[in-house]
Amino acid sequence: MSDTSKKTPQTEPRFSATFDPGTMSEIRRAAATGIYDIRGAGAKRKLPHFDDLLFLGASVSRYPLEGYREKCGTDVVLGTRYAKKPIHLKTPVTIAGMSFGALSGPAKEALGRGASAVGTSTTTGDGGMTPEERGQSSILVYQYLPSRYGMNPDDLRKADAIEVVIGQGAKPGGGGMLLGQKISDRVAKMRCLPKGVDQRSACRHPDWTGPDDLEIKIAELREITDWEKPIYVKVGATRPYFDVTLAVKAGADVVVLDGMQGGTAATQEVFIEHVGIPILAAIRPAVQALQDMGMHRKVQLIVSGGIRNGADVAKALALGADAVAIGTAALIALGDNDPHLEEEYQKLGTTAGAYDDWHEGKDPAGITTQDPELMKRLDPVKAGRRLANYLSVLTMEAQVIARACGKSHLHNLEPEDLVALTIESAAMAKVPLAGTTWIPGTSSF
Amino acid sequence: MESLKFDLENTELRTVNQYLHRPAAELSGKNVVISNPNGAHNIAVGLNAEVNVTIDGHAGYYAAGMNQLATVTVTGSASTGVAENMMSGVVHVKGFASNAAGATAQGGLLIIDGDAGLRCGISLKGADIVVGGSVGSFSAFMAQAGNLVVLGDAGEALGDSLYEARLFVRGNVKSLGADCEEKEMDQESRNILVDLLAKSGHAEVDPDSFKLFGSARTLYNFHVDNAGAY
Repeated sequence: MSDTSKKTPQTEPRFSATFDPGTMSEIRRAAATGIYDIRGAGAKRKLPHFDDLLFLGASVSRYPLEGYREKCGTDVVLGTRYAKKPIHLKTPVTIAGMSFGALSGPAKEALGRGASAVGTSTTTGDGGMTPEERGQSSILVYQYLPSRYGMNPDDLRKADAIEVVIGQGAKPGGGGMLLGQKISDRVAKMRCLPKGVDQRSACRHPDWTGPDDLEIKIAELREITDWEKPIYVKVGATRPYFDVTLAVKAGADVVVLDGMQGGTAATQEVFIEHVGIPILAAIRPAVQALQDMGMHRKVQLIVSGGIRNGADVAKALALGADAVAIGTAALIALGDNDPHLEEEYQKLGTTAGAYDDWHEGKDPAGITTQDPELMKRLDPVKAGRRLANYLSVLTMEAQVIARACGKSHLHNLEPEDLVALTIESAAMAKVPLAGTTWIPGTSSF
Repeated sequence: MESLKFDLENTELRTVNQYLHRPAAELSGKNVVISNPNGAHNIAVGLNAEVNVTIDGHAGYYAAGMNQLATVTVTGSASTGVAENMMSGVVHVKGFASNAAGATAQGGLLIIDGDAGLRCGISLKGADIVVGGSVGSFSAFMAQAGNLVVLGDAGEALGDSLYEARLFVRGNVKSLGADCEEKEMDQESRNILVDLLAKSGHAEVDPDSFKLFGSARTLYNFHVDNAGAY
């Protein structure tokens, strides 16, 4: 006879690892709306990243440099291959391309102020160059994009470098769409569009198709600017060995390689999370391509996608990059996703730190918006100061690590200074698994 | 006025272009002839002065690219991207033009006496293009502003994803692209057409023999019901 006075033990409710609550909520959202999810920012899933690498500091076999006394250089020169006027940066941390339109005018101004204060460059985006941005950026890179929105030869001549954008890490192979609510009068005028309509950005350039054409296009840009300005080629990380090879053959002075953690103003969630590769997996093939052509350090490599601190900077440089670019981190430094705005983020159905509906133009921080009232919330001078502080910290942190490894310049860091914590990261970064000599994919254990 | 002559057989293209980038006051009103182009790319790009340039022969890619103020004549044919992103001035191709003629051009007038290839006037942003012959497929793709006049026929998908550009076609249109539709010829459009025909040496052509095409504006704001059109 069963004892009904005792409750039968129950297995606790168990969520599926495959159909987890987040996945199920997306299925319900898709079923209700019939449209894919669009958001800003880069990949949010956990990926093999720089955190999976560690530096081997100096000890008996190598000796370190004295912190605060012995110099550790941080400068970098970009565009030494062909440009008559290469760019000299005091720190190898640059600001990635972000458009006026996606960002407010004060946000673009703040980026220029912050970058200029520490002697680095900032970059325009889709939609062209604004006077505020040019005025506040001592070194400004002008993006040349498939849409050519706002593309103006006068601005091309005003730029310090030109970046031909083939793709970006968040959406390699994809175009873009700036939704109508962010097409204000000024944005509409710059992009030659009716106010309030969606601005569709093409995924391919209108007047060239393959690498042979790219070579002619780069030559055109050089001819127009009398061979003065460095020409960058930016690619999203997918097949970095081949893309870097083709970019160099086409005549690039600098290659910009953006991993899937790199942010975007607005793209489909499925695109952001499932197309492209992490920057950790992309750097070594890119560097290998440069080395195989005898062009490493002659054509400079800028990498981006998930750079957050000086350790990330140092690791990217140790793997062979010449500089890095930051986008999302720069926006956070300006004030994006700040907890003091939690109440307003809650009203938008999100929380501070998770807000990524940048395309909707409702950013409480006044950064990813064209709303005049919201824009006023961002003081470009104070925000620029915060960015300058943050850039200084990134540089100093990278120096701390470089000195500990005995390097008198950040560019003297090398893969031999690194080990990996996981088999995946060891294979991707091509450095040994910590405590072993094993580099998966290149040597047997 | 006597012309200044450059022979690309024995002069570096860079030398020619850098001469053409001299201050506008120095170049204004001058006539420059570039002989033996032989399909060289990037001839007379980035000009920003009221100078008259004649490319005596066939030009390669991006002839007169990003032109401002200058009048550039190609006596032969022009390859891909002639007058791409032109801001102002006049570019006249007396032969044929290859793909992407006048791509993203924001101002000025591009005249092509012969046919133009694929994607003529792609992403047009305000310039005027007059093609004496026919244009290839995907012409005026995503064209935002400006006018494309075609005296001959248009290929497939004319004006796909069109914004506010006006497309005037005298001959047959093989097919219209997404969101492109025939419009009634209003007086303002007719005036524009008459003016462009006169400026491009086609004053004798009857403007009433053209059809006008424009955007149906159904794709201006994304809606899931239109997903199949993209």
